[in-house]
Amino acid sequence: MKLFDIAHSRTGDKGNISNISVIVYDQKDYERVREYVTPERVKAHFKGIVNGEVVRYEIPTLGALNFVMQDALGGGVTRSLALDAHGKCLASALLAMDVPAKN
Amino acid sequence: MRTIRIGSGAGYSGDRIEPAVELAEKGNINYLVFECLAERTIAIAQNAKLNDPTKGYDALLAERFEAVLPICKKNGIKIITNMGAANPQAGAAKVREIATRLGLGKLKIAAISGDDVVDALKVSDTKILETGAPASSMADVLVSANAYVGAAPMVEALANGADIIITGRVADPSMFLAPQIHEFGWSQDDWDKIGKGTAVGHLLECGGQVTGGYYAEPGKKDVADLARLGFPIAEVSEDGAIVITKVEGSGGKVTEHTCKEQILYEVHDPKTYLTPDVTADFSQITFTEIAPNRIRVTGVTGRPRTDTLKVSVGYKDGYMGEGQMSYAGPGALARGQLALEIVKERLKITGVKASELRFDLIGVNSIHSEVLAPAPEPTEVRVRVTGRCDSLKEAVRIGNEVETLYTNGPASGGGATKSAKQVVAMLSALFPRDKVIPVIEYLEA
Repeated sequence: MKLFDIAHSRTGDKGNISNISVIVYDQKDYERVREYVTPERVKAHFKGIVNGEVVRYEIPTLGALNFVMQDALGGGVTRSLALDAHGKCLASALLAMDVPAKN
Repeated sequence: MRTIRIGSGAGYSGDRIEPAVELAEKGNINYLVFECLAERTIAIAQNAKLNDPTKGYDALLAERFEAVLPICKKNGIKIITNMGAANPQAGAAKVREIATRLGLGKLKIAAISGDDVVDALKVSDTKILETGAPASSMADVLVSANAYVGAAPMVEALANGADIIITGRVADPSMFLAPQIHEFGWSQDDWDKIGKGTAVGHLLECGGQVTGGYYAEPGKKDVADLARLGFPIAEVSEDGAIVITKVEGSGGKVTEHTCKEQILYEVHDPKTYLTPDVTADFSQITFTEIAPNRIRVTGVTGRPRTDTLKVSVGYKDGYMGEGQMSYAGPGALARGQLALEIVKERLKITGVKASELRFDLIGVNSIHSEVLAPAPEPTEVRVRVTGRCDSLKEAVRIGNEVETLYTNGPASGGGATKSAKQVVAMLSALFPRDKVIPVIEYLEA
């Protein structure tokens, strides 16, 4: 199954830093998303797009994770040559990640 | 306990006009806030002001004020906006002209400036955060430098009876925080309350993004009536209790999940959300639906603010050229790839000087690069070539080399477009708070 099936997401941008939230629809999925969707996996998922460090913040009251990704926007929204200079579409790319089905 | 209602009339400079009219007419609001100033907008506005001292405010200021001002005057709604951009005084003068022309009677307009620190920065050894270089080393390419000012000057203007406040660069949430401080007499170092008021601002500053805009996912997150999306309202009580809602009967929806997406939008560490007013803590926040489209917000706290203000620095960063061309039908992908190879070689042969080039196939890899699994071959692709150059003349040549694919490239290419433009890019710095002195001027209509 894909992360898309159990969570939703929104991207924000500040300079050359992108942040992506991952919010579970159902709180009972939070723990396994937290276990599986690690900063290392997210960094590997965005190979070729995210060149810097990926830090993860946990917000259990929201059933949410927040990934902050350095050097992710081609030099920043105001100078990037990319079609989606803000990286707004990155949220959808993250939701394409395969996650193990529930045991 | 006393409660006020604050409406959000715009989430960015080009936002829809009529949701704010709906808020003013039917929202039973006390304040209407328009957030219209993106990072780069102010650098571009600065150029407009240099060419004409009566310009440099938001391009839609007149249209927005003509639409809402008569209703706001009638209903006693105060307006706060950063549509002053690089020239709040000229923006305020324009609003006075509109109020006079529409015969609205007495109105007090405050223009807040002082955010422009470009002259100070040009001779300063303040470090640019992204590069570590002193700001003075960029003096010849600096276009603008604006500090994010907090709520304090807006609170003062409200205390002095302003009906309308036009600012330059202020932090977005501060525009929503100011009326809460003013109405409830909160102390500006009551960090928990300032944190709560800042959360209100952060939830509302992007307009429809908390009422179901930028949220719909057909089949999973359906949102009704996005063409008539209602903009948000915050109900705030004296003790900092918060409810997020929208105009009854408008499109969209306010749910726990629309609020969750928005509270984390453009946030890094949720425990440390820095604004000029406070270090807000969203890490324990909760959203609870108390009725349809009514979400209670709890769990926000605050800590003391920092001694520095963030400054957005605009600088000239060369030129960007672009060209696009479409291919369709059987073999579209192969022809698109061939087109990119041809353009790549042409840019070399003709000696186009570009410091950076990018070759995309829209419909294949322009957004997510190689992140996603390969899809079946698309029935149409669009070639896109972009590059960065030192002159406009050079940048124009990039689009030209895409356009000449018409008669020189693969079969059946169509819909060529090209463009070239100067790039004003943004960096940031931290500037001592005590060196930024807000200035308030009043105009009476």
